[in-house]
Amino acid sequence: MRVKLENLTRIFPNRNKGGDDVVAVNNFTYEIPDGKLVGLLGPSGCGKSTSLYMICGLQKPTSGKIYFGDEDVTDLAPEHRGVGLVFQNYALYPHMTVKQNILFPLQNLKGEDKLDKDTMLERAYEVARLVQIDELMDRKPAELSGGQQQRVAIARALVKMPRVLLLDEPLSNLDARLRLQTREEIKKIQQSTGITTVFVTHDQEEAMSISDSIVVMKLGVVQQTGAPQDVYDNPINLFVAKFLGTPPINVFDGEVKDGALYIGEDKVLATPNVKDQKVYVGIRPEGFIPAEKGALHCSLQNVEVMGRDVSIVSTNKALSSQSANKVIRSIVDADTKIDRNAKEVAFNIKPNKIFLFNKKTEERIIVGK
Amino acid sequence: MVDNKQQWKAWLYLAPAIVLLLLFTVWPIINTVRMAFLEGYGNLSSLNADKTFEFGIENFEKVVKYKKFTTCLKNTCLLCVLTVPISTLLALVIAVCLNSIKPFSRLLQTIYFLPYVTNSIAIGMVFASMFNIIGGADISKAVSIGIVNNVIEFFGGERIAWISTGSSYSANIAVMVIYIVWNALPFKILILLGGLQSVNKQYYDAAKIDGTSKWRVFWRITVPLLSPMIAYVLITGFIGGFKEYTATVGVFGEKMGPADDPGRLNTMVGFIYKQLEGDHQGLASAASLILFGIILVITLINLKISSKKVQY
Repeated sequence: MRVKLENLTRIFPNRNKGGDDVVAVNNFTYEIPDGKLVGLLGPSGCGKSTSLYMICGLQKPTSGKIYFGDEDVTDLAPEHRGVGLVFQNYALYPHMTVKQNILFPLQNLKGEDKLDKDTMLERAYEVARLVQIDELMDRKPAELSGGQQQRVAIARALVKMPRVLLLDEPLSNLDARLRLQTREEIKKIQQSTGITTVFVTHDQEEAMSISDSIVVMKLGVVQQTGAPQDVYDNPINLFVAKFLGTPPINVFDGEVKDGALYIGEDKVLATPNVKDQKVYVGIRPEGFIPAEKGALHCSLQNVEVMGRDVSIVSTNKALSSQSANKVIRSIVDADTKIDRNAKEVAFNIKPNKIFLFNKKTEERIIVGK
Repeated sequence: MVDNKQQWKAWLYLAPAIVLLLLFTVWPIINTVRMAFLEGYGNLSSLNADKTFEFGIENFEKVVKYKKFTTCLKNTCLLCVLTVPISTLLALVIAVCLNSIKPFSRLLQTIYFLPYVTNSIAIGMVFASMFNIIGGADISKAVSIGIVNNVIEFFGGERIAWISTGSSYSANIAVMVIYIVWNALPFKILILLGGLQSVNKQYYDAAKIDGTSKWRVFWRITVPLLSPMIAYVLITGFIGGFKEYTATVGVFGEKMGPADDPGRLNTMVGFIYKQLEGDHQGLASAASLILFGIILVITLINLKISSKKVQY
């Protein structure tokens, strides 16, 4: 089911007199293609959960439209939208067994949709097998691990064959190892059912790893949409560049003059077609190539070996206060030889891993060829 | 563990509480058991040094054979069986309604809680005046017939002698039930409302998305999630119900019944008081122990049932 959001806006009135209203979601327009997995991504308070709740109908948009396919569902009650929602803390009914939890949505069906008992059970077991909990059907939620509860919640959302599956921070209650495993399973389940799925997360790694496309939001405004790799490779502004990627992007205060980019005294990159101005320079950790006569000179602080690759920690006076870390973290191949005792390290920069941003607007400045 | 040198300090700190408990709780319990098994025991007669009481179960036999006692037992059980389920169900409905009302919820909660902080004898007197008929045994010539009869007559019904001379037993019980239920509601509403407010709202959101009907939400989600509170309210309700006394005094006064049949609405605790007045401590103790036994059995049954029904 194709989901189309048109100028979706949600305003929460301020409780204090005279205060400003809070615009949780501002003019959100986006189309989720049929059968795709889309991640709504952003820091807390960016309006991603509000967007999700508007899609499922638990919250009403202040203005704007929501379409499922060609059907306008904006004013439709949640139960008539055909959505399945997995809550952040799962909201499994604690007094019911797994089986009863999964059967519950089916037992609510009325009129023509009403199913007989055998069909209901069959459907419940089918979906339980899909998420691999068919052996746990007679347990209570309290007797399950976090990961198992998560699957029950997904099974309960899937059992009535929703047109759209919505997941609110699906992995935030799981430990690191389980998170990795579960996110793959969510992807697998989504692919095998082909249900259009929207999930909300603040964890960029989670969103990047399983989404067909991501929507990056900040303070209610959509910043950028697209396939994860495209957004990562071509961030539209400094916020998106900083939000995506682990370790986070390194940000420097730089200056463009005479057709070249300077970080401190170092001339790092040729920048034809860019006006002379002060800029923010973002360099991805993997964009550094250590070289004896490299362009960018930094003071070496530490070399962390991580097996697969090596993380070089260094400092530079030009490092911006916008940078997430107080140090420069660059990741290079484990084969690279680095003198640990050296005071200084020099890097060449991969041109496709360096981004320039306007100092005021923080918008991306595209460097011409 | 506390070492020996410190132990006496611990006991010292505990002493005030222990002494008070021994004096006013433990000893009276022991003494009750002692008096219950001393035949014909009475405080006044025990002052007579020559008098000795034989050990036996005569007190119990006497109490059980007492017609007044069986009346009291019947009244108490009847009131319990009627009022506890009615008040619990009503409290549940009111609590759910209160919880779903947003404006004035604080004010409404306060209003519903007011009876709890009001003297129950005072409330009883108000109830009595609402139901009482004043002015002669002939009901048709009464001066004042009480607000309830006024309402009944307004709607074309016939006046009923609720609690006055000539009233029927069922009319008496009806008034008692209304009074006790009304009196018991605030506490139960408070407990259940507290329980409701601690229920995670997401269960209701989840139910909403699945299109669950209100009726099903109530029975399949609200009631099971509230079951610990409901069990608590039921158990304490039964315990309180068997100890009912003030309701009868409040409505009927010390006669514990309509003027032409005093004692008709007496309860177990009322019976015990009456025995104490008449220097029959032995009988009173025996009756207390019987009451204790009944409450114990009922509570055990309650716990047994609720451990199966209270689901988590």
